[in-house]
Amino acid sequence: MTAAHTLQATGLTLGYKDRTVISGFDLTVPPGRITAIVGANACGKSTLLRAMSRLLAPREGQVLLDGKQVHRTPAKELARTLGLLPQSPVAPEGITVADLVGRGRNPHQGMLSRWSVQDDEAVAAALETTQTLDLSDRPVDELSGGQRQRVWIAMVLAQQTDLLLLDEPTTFLDVSHQVEVLDLLTDLNHTRGTTIVMVLHDLNLAARYADHLVALTDGRVHAAGPPGDVLTTDTVRAVFGLESQVITDPTSGRPLMLPMGRHHAVSASA
Amino acid sequence: MTAVEVVTRSRLRRGRRRRLVIALLVVLVVATFAVTLMVGRTVYPPADVVRVILGEDVPGASFTVGRLRLPRAVLGALAGLCFGLGGVTFQTMLRNPLASPDIIGISSGASAAAAFAIVVLGLGGAQVSVVAVIAGLGVALVIYLLSYRDGVAGTRLILIGIGIAAMLDSVTAYVLSKAPQWELQEAMRWITGSLNGSAWADVVPLLAALAVLGPALLGQARNLAGLQLGDDAASALGVRVERTRILLIVAAVGLIAFATAATGPIAFVAFLAGPIAARVTGPHGSPLVPAALVGALLVLVADLVGQFAFGTRYPVGVVTGALGAPYLIYLIIRTNRTGGSL
Ligand SMILES: Nc1ncnc2c1ncn2[C@@H]1O[C@H](COP(=O)(O)OP(=O)(O)OP(=O)(O)O)[C@@H](O)[C@H]1O
Ligand SMILES: [Mg+2]
Repeated sequence: MTAAHTLQATGLTLGYKDRTVISGFDLTVPPGRITAIVGANACGKSTLLRAMSRLLAPREGQVLLDGKQVHRTPAKELARTLGLLPQSPVAPEGITVADLVGRGRNPHQGMLSRWSVQDDEAVAAALETTQTLDLSDRPVDELSGGQRQRVWIAMVLAQQTDLLLLDEPTTFLDVSHQVEVLDLLTDLNHTRGTTIVMVLHDLNLAARYADHLVALTDGRVHAAGPPGDVLTTDTVRAVFGLESQVITDPTSGRPLMLPMGRHHAVSASA
Repeated sequence: MTAVEVVTRSRLRRGRRRRLVIALLVVLVVATFAVTLMVGRTVYPPADVVRVILGEDVPGASFTVGRLRLPRAVLGALAGLCFGLGGVTFQTMLRNPLASPDIIGISSGASAAAAFAIVVLGLGGAQVSVVAVIAGLGVALVIYLLSYRDGVAGTRLILIGIGIAAMLDSVTAYVLSKAPQWELQEAMRWITGSLNGSAWADVVPLLAALAVLGPALLGQARNLAGLQLGDDAASALGVRVERTRILLIVAAVGLIAFATAATGPIAFVAFLAGPIAARVTGPHGSPLVPAALVGALLVLVADLVGQFAFGTRYPVGVVTGALGAPYLIYLIIRTNRTGGSL
């Protein structure tokens, strides 16, 4: 389970129809570590994750998993190694939590094979990890946004992949559940060596939880590396067009970004 | 109780309920089937019916049951299975109960083509089925292309489909207006769907279609369940989205078209079977088998009602049409009220 997989994008150009979103993009995901991708809305983060998980064919370049092109890897085989939580998945009407999480077992099941003990174990473990076991018989459409998000995470966990790509796994979550989800992913990373790549909007949480931080702007990497090197006032200005202050987070020793709006600054003379 | 036990138990409980409902549906289908064989101007006891089925010569019953009622019941049941399967496949794949083939013009296309093949081209039997299947696939392709814009959006597809259905229905009406007067009864079939004049010759192509396409569709049940989560999630779970979609469309359109070529577009069976099945089985497991059974049940019951509940005999499609219309209105009102798109 802990075999470290290499995931790498080289010379990647991605787009839709006549719009190019990402061009000449290189990224090496550190095996067994947590990578966070940050960037402004519409800069191509989701597009990138979709290409890395074979959902979008690259115009140029390639994505290599353990040296093999993901777009040449059979879908099911890939889905046993690499899981993806898309940004906006759809829950079928009326489906219960346990059923939805069970769908994560798809890549492990043959067309005619029956539901197995391993399937039950994987679902149970995923429900337990995400603290959704007591919701298991509830319909997903009756849950709160945060509960629903945890159920979706449970679904990708049930897939039991060594690599996990998550597109904004903390949207809809209150601050304590955000931290809880990120802690959960960190546990997974520590105990099983799962390689995690996630898109996050909260720069500070990204800096705290990621081993490797990638800042995107205009479809290319503006900076990548340890959060301490990447999260600087310059990066924030270049990526988000925002003036800020970056201090050291006393809890984690990681950088902490404080945005400066046009108001509320305590003037030095006051 | 450990977590695994909780999960296993609730899964087994759901499975039991599902099997129970399916068994019940099978019993109901068989019972209605039997009643269809027994009841008519002359009522034959079950013993006579069984003897006819076993091939014995029973005066009177051999002709009435063996030649008239048996093909009618078999054709009704088969068509119902096909409509149910085809309908629920579209509804599940497109995640919208309105996206049923009989709403979005696929049945209309098959029906117009069948009417054209018979009235204008003078074809018969399996040739009619082939023409209907080609037309059904053609309509599906046209709707797909017209509604395709960065992926297929449900609402646009449904609205375009409804427009195409209206157009094709008028084609059917036009073709039928060219039919000789004495074939009017027969011609009505292509408008509402009817089991009148069912013969073994109609049963054979339909049975063959179901035997091939039914298992093909059932084999895609897991992939269909994946597609329900959206294309991205499905793909991430190892479902080959485009390939699955094409397979599902071809199989479902094939079933609908073959059934339409045999009985005409029995109104709203494809549309109603899936939602009714979901209501009785709950949202667990694949919707395919329950919807197929509900489809068969709907056709058989509606045919009995149409034949015997009123003074005159109505074709089966008139009865299912009366059942389906209120549900269609309800769905549209509901989406309006929840502010959802169609
Ligand atoms: N299916 C699509 N067809 C056409 N263009 C698309 C499609 N999906 C995304 N785009 C465009 O590609 C660009 C990048 O989109 P993407 O979803 O990757 O952004 P993102 O960085 O994930 O943004 P956000 O933070 O809002 O989720 C956007 O301009 C978007 O409009
Ligand atoms: Mg995004």
